[in-house]
Amino acid sequence: MTIRSVLQAVVHPHHVTEDLGPAPAATENLAASLHGSLQIRHVDAGSCNGCELEITSAFGPVYDAERFGVRLVASPRHADALLVTGPVTKNMVGPLIKTYEATPEPRIVIALGDCARDCGVFRGGYGVEGAVDAVLAVDVHIAGCPPHPEAIIEALRGLTTQ
Amino acid sequence: MSTLAHVISAVVAGVVQVGVVCVGGPLLLGLMRKVRSRLEGRTGAPVHQPLLDLRKLFAKQRVSPEQSSWIFPAGPVVLVATAVAVAAISPLATTHPPLGQSSDFFAIVFVLLLGSVFIALGALDTGAPFGGMGSSRAMTIGALAEPALLVAILAMSIPAHTSNLPALVRLGLVHPAVLVSPTRILALGSFLVVILAESGRLPVDNPNTHLELTMIHEAMVLEYAGPDLGLTILGESMRLMLLLGLLVNLLIPWGVANRPGALLFGVGIVVLAAKVAVAGAAIAVFEVFTAKLRLFRLPELLAGGFILAVLGVVTAVVSR
Repeated sequence: MTIRSVLQAVVHPHHVTEDLGPAPAATENLAASLHGSLQIRHVDAGSCNGCELEITSAFGPVYDAERFGVRLVASPRHADALLVTGPVTKNMVGPLIKTYEATPEPRIVIALGDCARDCGVFRGGYGVEGAVDAVLAVDVHIAGCPPHPEAIIEALRGLTTQ
Repeated sequence: MSTLAHVISAVVAGVVQVGVVCVGGPLLLGLMRKVRSRLEGRTGAPVHQPLLDLRKLFAKQRVSPEQSSWIFPAGPVVLVATAVAVAAISPLATTHPPLGQSSDFFAIVFVLLLGSVFIALGALDTGAPFGGMGSSRAMTIGALAEPALLVAILAMSIPAHTSNLPALVRLGLVHPAVLVSPTRILALGSFLVVILAESGRLPVDNPNTHLELTMIHEAMVLEYAGPDLGLTILGESMRLMLLLGLLVNLLIPWGVANRPGALLFGVGIVVLAAKVAVAGAAIAVFEVFTAKLRLFRLPELLAGGFILAVLGVVTAVVSR
């Protein structure tokens, strides 16, 4: 890459990013303490990794959730919200509660995908403890199996109001 | 002008410099993220996003690990306090900062290092495995980078007959020939390597990593939450702005006010912001095209910085 093409990429980027329109209405009560900044810790409580693919896509160049003030972080101590995917398996009940307790208040629980709501195809499985709201109080639910990146971003923008 | 007027104007200059670094540090972080995301084909977060993050963090709950002592919360406070002290007395926008006679380059560098040492101690204090791992790595890199920096400062001080930082900047303004001398160029090359290592940028450390095993700086701050995390981010970004500000002022000193006066000082602030923004954007572009070095390859990079500094001293002694 020449210096000229680098400068061009910074000043006039060839956007692959989708225009997702104006911000949706703020999710009540939850958005006020965030001031337009949302750090998320993702917890896989027993997902089939379908939801993880869509999360990766939501933070990739096409949907670019970071432009709305959302970031994935490496520690629950840095997080404002837990993004929980999958039915909660028996082995993940303890770690999920510990992660929740390690998150500073005010904290938000986002359940991502149909499995997180009602265990989906894994309902009644011998290793499954239950849906996310059997373990933690869920604030936001994102429907879909797996949810579209647009749906994930709309829910997150409701929190950052950007 | 009376002595009192001098004192007041010096204090005002110091306070303004601290304010500019406090706000400019997070904005510099936002700008570097913006440039990076643009080059990745993304839109990226707004440049002022780190300021929004800080506002939110300072209103959040403070969480400390059960076993930690007073060192854990003291770490971020010391980090910010040292950055504020250095911001007040450094020749950022004027070569006559308050307490300018005592702002020795060696002293400034080691006051900044005190902050890094306290962050490393705070990480050890948590008792978490990643904290200790990050601390030991950060101190290893520090031990390799510091000698290079010491020798680089020595190289710059030999032609100036002083290691006083405002005097070094003033020398560049009065005798521009110093700026293109091999001594200054080699020493500043070494300084740049040390800045990349000390502020945890690529190729030494990846500030965006989520893999605990590859972390250096991030591993040390994993346990900080809420206001403590806010202070850590603020302190680190202020440090980056200070180091880059000193680098650009030693490299291209024009714009720094060499005489007292509000107008010259204001111009100095604007020029400083522009120079630091260009330097930060250049580092962000460099980071897009660079991969992180393996930990065991880092001594080669830092030894390269040391060699540059030693060559700087040699040229300084030879050309005396």
